[in-house]
Amino acid sequence: MRAVRRDARHLWRSLLAAKWPVLALVILGVVALVAAFGPWLAPFDPARQSIASRLAEPLTTGQGATHWLGSDVLGRDVLSRLLHGARVSLLVGLAAIAVGGVIGVVAGLLAGYFGGWVDDVMMRLADMQLAFPFILLAIMFLVVLGPGLGNLILVLGIGQWVTYARIVRAETLSLREKEFVEAARALGDGTASILFRTILPNIVAPLTVIASFNVASVILTEAALSFLGLGVPPSVPTWGSMLAESRDTLLANKWWLAVFPGLAIMLTVLSFNILGDWLRDALDPRLRDRA
Amino acid sequence: MGVLVARRLLQSVVVILGVTLISFIALHAGGDPTYLFVSERATAEEIALVRQALGFDRPLHVQYLSFAADLARGDFGTSLSYRQPALDIVLGAFPATIELAVFAFVLAIALAVPLGVVAALNRGTAVDGSITILGLLGQSIPNFWMGIMLILFFGLYLRWFPISGHVPFLLPLLNGDLATAIGNLPRTIYFLVMPGIAVATYSLARNTRLVRSSMLEVLGQDYVRTARAKGLDERVVIVQHALRNAWLPVVTMIGLEFGFLLGGVVVTETVFSYPGIGRLLFNAINQRDIPLVQAGVILLAGNFILLNTAVDLLYARLDPRVALARRR
Repeated sequence: MRAVRRDARHLWRSLLAAKWPVLALVILGVVALVAAFGPWLAPFDPARQSIASRLAEPLTTGQGATHWLGSDVLGRDVLSRLLHGARVSLLVGLAAIAVGGVIGVVAGLLAGYFGGWVDDVMMRLADMQLAFPFILLAIMFLVVLGPGLGNLILVLGIGQWVTYARIVRAETLSLREKEFVEAARALGDGTASILFRTILPNIVAPLTVIASFNVASVILTEAALSFLGLGVPPSVPTWGSMLAESRDTLLANKWWLAVFPGLAIMLTVLSFNILGDWLRDALDPRLRDRA
Repeated sequence: MGVLVARRLLQSVVVILGVTLISFIALHAGGDPTYLFVSERATAEEIALVRQALGFDRPLHVQYLSFAADLARGDFGTSLSYRQPALDIVLGAFPATIELAVFAFVLAIALAVPLGVVAALNRGTAVDGSITILGLLGQSIPNFWMGIMLILFFGLYLRWFPISGHVPFLLPLLNGDLATAIGNLPRTIYFLVMPGIAVATYSLARNTRLVRSSMLEVLGQDYVRTARAKGLDERVVIVQHALRNAWLPVVTMIGLEFGFLLGGVVVTETVFSYPGIGRLLFNAINQRDIPLVQAGVILLAGNFILLNTAVDLLYARLDPRVALARRR
């Protein structure tokens, strides 16, 4: 655990010296707040349709409140839908990372610590998954399973385990020969304790870096899948599905329907990427080549 | 070399088998797949009939073996919406997708190298800063949104480029009609500009950052200092000494890069109503046309695997160090 505390102290000092990561953290803080409290912040019910205020331009006032970012074909408020969509994007991103991270960390620890056939099987499986673009795999499963939050998180999570497994395996391989691991073994610690309490805390730094980049790419993939109609059911507004709907009014130049959801995705993903860059430089410059 | 070739080919056969296994698992992931092939109003007898006709009543291992055997013979089943062999439909859309992917690929490499070099040579200046920020932005923009923004600005507002459509180049070429193919080429490219940029953005951004950082590393090496000390022209130093080594990390990514672009094509084609595999997949997904989705996905994946194998073998020939490194 001391390794984790040392990393945290180091991070805090380098954060104070940087500008961009601070901005990224502020943006992510706002997104997190919106995801948590969006339903209370939204000026309208995101599902409420209104024929009177169809396709209202941004800053139009209608039905007692202002459509700050305009309204869509059904008269639903764009801002309110964006605020609700933040919840899905963030939830899916973080939950998929949790699923993929847990599978990947356990697989990587086992493969790195035991080696032999365990290692062979895990790494061949990983190679196979990396052998073709993940979005194709996701499409194949989601078409059959049908859209849904759980399915989406599961499929996206399974798409990420390889990244974690490889990093954890590599780190474990070098750590298992170190004196402090030897010492734990000599003291009679069980295998589980050695893996999770002695080795894992020393891998937290690279894992944090990978996770940050990973959230960014998962949010992008989720948006793409929602855009294809394979995300959560249509009743839940998401940034990706809002973009999909915006295609129908694009030719009529209803730009606000396309611009704002995309900006929301871009700012969130950008913030995670900036955060990842900074974490990498601060915690583990060796990852530069791998991430 | 012979051993390496044999091993690599065997590997790709195993991976392709893996892909068929995964698509088989996907088909059965939601329970009895018969329900994917019948309408919601089908009666119990109709369902039983379809189940028997498609062989879903047999034991799973028998089903997989016959599924794999069918695929090996090029039988991907019949598309539910077109009532034609799924493979034919997918193959028909393939040339357009290849055109888009190749165009985006060229764009991503051809622009990334000069941008990365310029950024590295001007390290710490405003030029470097802007390229770095653009690179970060490029990696954070969903490619389909990039497409939508291009349509809004360069298509609808400035009216510089067409917002949809495609002029075939490969198709006449494959049919042996060279004159038509070459006559089409300028318009083919004209129609490819916007979807091409949308597909290429992410790779372009990533490659630029890659070239920049490896260029910075190389510029600090002794052999660059030696070249400068010899009094060589700075351009020669940069192009022949530094760049030749600096873009190696990009070269080693080329195979993966192309596959990545193929993945991006799937979503971007939909935005531009571009008649390739991506749009085909999109429509098949919406109509839950399972055989068509499977044919499209398996073909794209198979293509990607073959391409990667070819690229790997090519490297091994060009650079013995790669052969050694890949073995690990």
